[in-house]
Amino acid sequence: MNIIVCLKQVPDTETQIKIAPEGKSIVKDDIKWVMNPYDEFGVEEALKLKEKFGGEVTVVGLGPKRVTESIRTALAMGADKGILINDDALEGSDSFATAKALATAIKDLDYDLIFTGQRGVDDDMGVVGASIAEFLGIPQLSVIVKMEVAEDGKSLTAHRPVEGQVLVIESSLPALVTTQKGLNEPRYATLPGIMKAKRKPLEEKTLADLGLDPAQFGEGGRKVKILEITPPPKRTEGKIVEGETPQEKAAGLAKLLHEEAKIF
Amino acid sequence: MAPGVWTIVEQRDGEIRKITYEIVSEGRRLADELGQKLTVVLLGSDIKDKATELGHYGADRVLVADDPRLGTYTTGAYVSVISQLAKAEEPAMILMGASSQGKDLSARLSARMGAGMAQDCTAFSLEDGNLVAIRPTYAGKAYEKVTFEDSWPQMATARPNVMSIAEPDTSRSAEVVDASFNLEDSAVMTKVVEVRKDESGKIDLTEADKIVSGGRGMKGPENYKILEDLAEVIGATVGASRSAVDAGWRPHSDQVGQTGKVVSPNLYIACGISGAIQHLAGMSTSKVIVAINKDEEAPIFQKADYGVVGDLFEVVPALTEEVKKYL
Ligand SMILES: Cc1cc2nc3c(=O)[nH]c(=O)nc-3n(C[C@H](O)[C@H](O)[C@H](O)COP(=O)(O)OP(=O)(O)OC[C@H]3O[C@@H](n4cnc5c(N)ncnc54)[C@H](O)[C@@H]3O)c2cc1C
Ligand SMILES: Nc1ncnc2c1ncn2[C@@H]1O[C@H](COP(=O)(O)O)[C@@H](O)[C@H]1O
Repeated sequence: MNIIVCLKQVPDTETQIKIAPEGKSIVKDDIKWVMNPYDEFGVEEALKLKEKFGGEVTVVGLGPKRVTESIRTALAMGADKGILINDDALEGSDSFATAKALATAIKDLDYDLIFTGQRGVDDDMGVVGASIAEFLGIPQLSVIVKMEVAEDGKSLTAHRPVEGQVLVIESSLPALVTTQKGLNEPRYATLPGIMKAKRKPLEEKTLADLGLDPAQFGEGGRKVKILEITPPPKRTEGKIVEGETPQEKAAGLAKLLHEEAKIF
Repeated sequence: MAPGVWTIVEQRDGEIRKITYEIVSEGRRLADELGQKLTVVLLGSDIKDKATELGHYGADRVLVADDPRLGTYTTGAYVSVISQLAKAEEPAMILMGASSQGKDLSARLSARMGAGMAQDCTAFSLEDGNLVAIRPTYAGKAYEKVTFEDSWPQMATARPNVMSIAEPDTSRSAEVVDASFNLEDSAVMTKVVEVRKDESGKIDLTEADKIVSGGRGMKGPENYKILEDLAEVIGATVGASRSAVDAGWRPHSDQVGQTGKVVSPNLYIACGISGAIQHLAGMSTSKVIVAINKDEEAPIFQKADYGVVGDLFEVVPALTEEVKKYL
């Protein structure tokens, strides 16, 4: 069973976001970059499947050179090889263009399953996975918390929680799964794993290598154009509910929720 | 590009879901401002009778795709049908809810249409006839204002519970049109083999009007009873922080935050939750935020409209009694 895991590098979730002076992007210096947390679930699930069915796990990332570090982390966890799509012309690409480049790189690989995260914790889009599946013409199973591949390796059953329900969905392979928390507990890279990762193959590809036209990527190729990035809207200053006892405080809060916030 | 605003209906077991009314109301507003028609696309099995109600909420036209294979949502079938209809009619915009279904559908549909897509938006407006959307990014630490360039149709989804629902007007009626489409079995691709309903009758956090959430300050799973009591009285759904979920006190599906659910209720009560940035990411678009925490320095108080500094084990039961006076 050959498995592809798409890996996006994102700012660590603790990062303070600073908006660049031009007001259309964020300041990228001083950011600690990590693997998108959802992609860790993808790596883990791929490794578990490999342990059961054999085959290879290939990690594919798109972004600048620094993404190599996150790919190496996945290799240290146990993935077999990495591909980095790196091209200056990609800077500022939107989800559509990103998915196009990833799908083009994946198209020529041998795969039964592809994992992406259900969303990137940076742009909070959740569009790339489904778009890759569309470009490759394979089914997608989104936001999956549990999955099982049939013994013959030809189909899978996956659990997809939706509002108030869990859908049990069946699909043939190849298919693309987007991962959700609950799917598994990602393993940590071990020291021997880290040593080994240094010798695992990591190939770099440019848009030209993929036969793609740079004009369709980057800022210029965006279908969704960013007009402005601003800090979140300010909330009105909150009140601390005063009172001598918990009862008084609770009474004060209930009154405010009734009279001022008009909740009930 | 032809004019016209499209919104996609979300139905389950033939019942229209609340998010549909939010997006139809919003579509109506945009169509009025553009001076264009609002077409509401209704997919399902034996579903045509729902068109009347959609007319009351502002649809000029309801485009009905009726097929047994559209009764239960599958990505493949819905994308196939909607893309055929959209390619035939070329609407300017396609809007839907950022529900589980809407997110899955919009992502794939946008790729099939070759269109740009803005996910999980909190506001829409128009500039020179183009859709402009506001969307939280970096877990709500920044807000993006986006528009669409040389991209057709302009596609976006709206975060549930954020956009308001217009009063239905029973004097309005929509033209009901049978859609013509050709759905190949091979386009369906996946099969829903089982639907496991949450029998608790609990409203999903993403749709809840009120949420009472508990964090590590709850001390243990047995103590959530006091939150459930409050939730029961005010009609809320109980949520949790990641610490509570990781401790095994609550299921994953209860987690609010950056790696959990993004919620926008009218009322969010955080009990024994410190307000870590990753938690705030999931609830910062709530309308009224209440924090109950014994540590007055807890960061949650900076986001709260109302803060109570105190022991939740004393304050929460007292609050449950106090709110009864107003119900
Ligand atoms: C990649 C990543 C993703 C994450 N995603 C999420 C996410 O989706 N959601 C999420 O919630 N977190 C997430 N976290 C975790 C987050 O950083 C915090 O660790 C977590 O939110 C803390 O949970 P808490 O507030 O319940 O616990 P704590 O931070 O331990 O806070 C407990 C609070 O309870 C108060 N308290 C204790 N006893 C009482 C009492 N008797 N009465 C009143 N108050 C009391 C304390 O004063 C304290 O403020 C993520 C972290 C990472 C690294
Ligand atoms: N630049 C990228 N490189 C590799 N994978 C990506 C990239 N962007 C998005 N993905 C994948 O798509 C998922 C969802 O991202 P997004 O659609 O951007 O929210 C991520 O978790 C990744 O698995």
